[in-house]
Amino acid sequence: MSSKSKPKPKIGVFKFASCDGCQLSLLDAEDELLGVAGAVEIAYFPEATRAMSKGPYDIGLVEGSITTYQDAQRIQEVRRQCKTLITIGACATAGGIQALRNWKDVDEFIRVVYATPQFISTLKLSTPIAEHVPVDFELRGCPINKYQLIELITATLAGRKPNVPSYSVCIECKRKSNVCITVAKGVPCLGPVTQAGCGALCPSYDRGCYGCYGPMETPNTASMTSQFRILGQADSQVARAFRGFNAWAWQFRKASEECERT
Amino acid sequence: MAHRSEHVLGVDQLGKLIGVLARKGYEVIGPTVRDGAIVYDHVESAEDLPAGWTDEQEPGRYRLKRREDMALFGYAVGPQSWKKYMHPAEVRLWSAERQGGTFRILNNEVKPQRPHALLGARACELAAIAVQDRVLLEDKYRDPIYDQRREGAFIIAVQCTQAAATCFCASMGTGPQVSGGFDLVLTELIGPEGHRFLVATGSDRGVEVLTELEAVPATEEDRQQAEAGVEAARQQVRSIDTTGIKELLYKNFEHPRWDNVASRCLTCANCTMVCPTCFCTSVEDVTDITGDHAERWRRWDSCFTQSFSYIHGGSVRTSAKARYRQWMTHKLASWIDQFGSSGCVGCGRCITWCPVGIDITEEVGAIRDGGKDGNP
Repeated sequence: MSSKSKPKPKIGVFKFASCDGCQLSLLDAEDELLGVAGAVEIAYFPEATRAMSKGPYDIGLVEGSITTYQDAQRIQEVRRQCKTLITIGACATAGGIQALRNWKDVDEFIRVVYATPQFISTLKLSTPIAEHVPVDFELRGCPINKYQLIELITATLAGRKPNVPSYSVCIECKRKSNVCITVAKGVPCLGPVTQAGCGALCPSYDRGCYGCYGPMETPNTASMTSQFRILGQADSQVARAFRGFNAWAWQFRKASEECERT
Repeated sequence: MAHRSEHVLGVDQLGKLIGVLARKGYEVIGPTVRDGAIVYDHVESAEDLPAGWTDEQEPGRYRLKRREDMALFGYAVGPQSWKKYMHPAEVRLWSAERQGGTFRILNNEVKPQRPHALLGARACELAAIAVQDRVLLEDKYRDPIYDQRREGAFIIAVQCTQAAATCFCASMGTGPQVSGGFDLVLTELIGPEGHRFLVATGSDRGVEVLTELEAVPATEEDRQQAEAGVEAARQQVRSIDTTGIKELLYKNFEHPRWDNVASRCLTCANCTMVCPTCFCTSVEDVTDITGDHAERWRRWDSCFTQSFSYIHGGSVRTSAKARYRQWMTHKLASWIDQFGSSGCVGCGRCITWCPVGIDITEEVGAIRDGGKDGNP
């Protein structure tokens, strides 16, 4: 973008129920951050700067899930202000770890946890942004991969399709020449049903995949469940494996509920 | 066609062999123990080889075990094949820059690199290299990256003297006997005569390397022991009946077994990643944030991904059934029409390294004689 006359595209970063880790990925981009700052106007990013310019924004990055009535209203306004709306992270794309409450009695939590329960106003469910407004692209991960975020912003600015694959973690693992920990060590690993993007981080360190990037394009969770059982996992353990950061993603949700039923 | 002038090398000569190859400018790649498996990696000396280790393989299961002897090659093939050196998983094809309003392509040449010496290639692996040669070199368009790596490679084959439970090379006609495509071929011999290798040469380069080692002429006993070893590796529990296999799969495009296997298949693509002949890649263009610099990368891809068969409007093979059928039918049947041989060399990696243990030999068997329900 060498054009000096053209105004820079405006980016807004919006936070809902989340830990802030995903928007920090943008600040964590270090080497690439100056490039980003040069290519776009960071118009709204309370985590990073007090300077705030009004919308509309060319790209809106939305972090977090919807857990309150107010946020359910606010996301409508954010959508209206953003030409392209991109959700980032497991909270925004699947409801996040806080979606574990979706299987429980939230009123009971409020009574037990808070000294003055009447101050608390919350929804019964933690839901992804796409359940409330149309979303142009969902970037998965808990947290997201900063290189994928830069790629996504770059591709969006260039008007091309982002290189964000939806296949399994296994492909990244094998390209790295990792030895499969399930096959060689009997470690239960969600890699085959989880979307790539993390660079097969956990299997590279001998840990089974936790499913941080959510379900891959065509996850066979029934076959994965059978394999976990063969590896000695009780149904309660299998259900817990699917109930991580992407518990409310429908394929993982269905898989965990099927394990609870048996 | 083991060379007539066979020799014997003491086990101590193996370190020397690695040294000679390094001195001749090769990077020596060989088997070594890492992360609970025997993988192919850089070997500095004979110390890096898996002395006294063997493997136990079953569908979806691999375990290292101690041997009673100190054999260096007493195991079957591991998770990786030589493909990762010949046909790399990720490679930058070129980069480009925007300069003064024009687009200029940079570094379009294949980067020269140190040739590899592949130590420990098995019969099925040589067959796999021959299959990839056919695909990547013998058509109108030659792959320059593969070409350079392949041409420079010095191959030291090793005869298998035992088979894993997942091996089925004997039925595919690709092993266990190494019959060509090597510079040197070794057969490991362990017995009262000591720990040694029967060695034969397969090229002038091989002869040249052998002359730098202390080899003695082989005896009749050495040859007999070597033959007995290969004979032992011929005892394999798995097999594919390849009689009319092309017609068999073509006429069973619709078969209940495809639904049966699809219920187990994870579409994770592990089978294609570990397959020594699967060659498919995808090409990705990336740009930096300024849009002034672009790169084109080639990465291993798989017919098990949706994007692989994506054309305008969507993926052609959306179901797991369609993708497994595509993979197996291509590997065992349409490969024959396309390249004149089977795409399967019987190494068994797709069986061992499938996380849910899908067994290609069992799937073929079920299609051949399975009932209407497709159950095994």
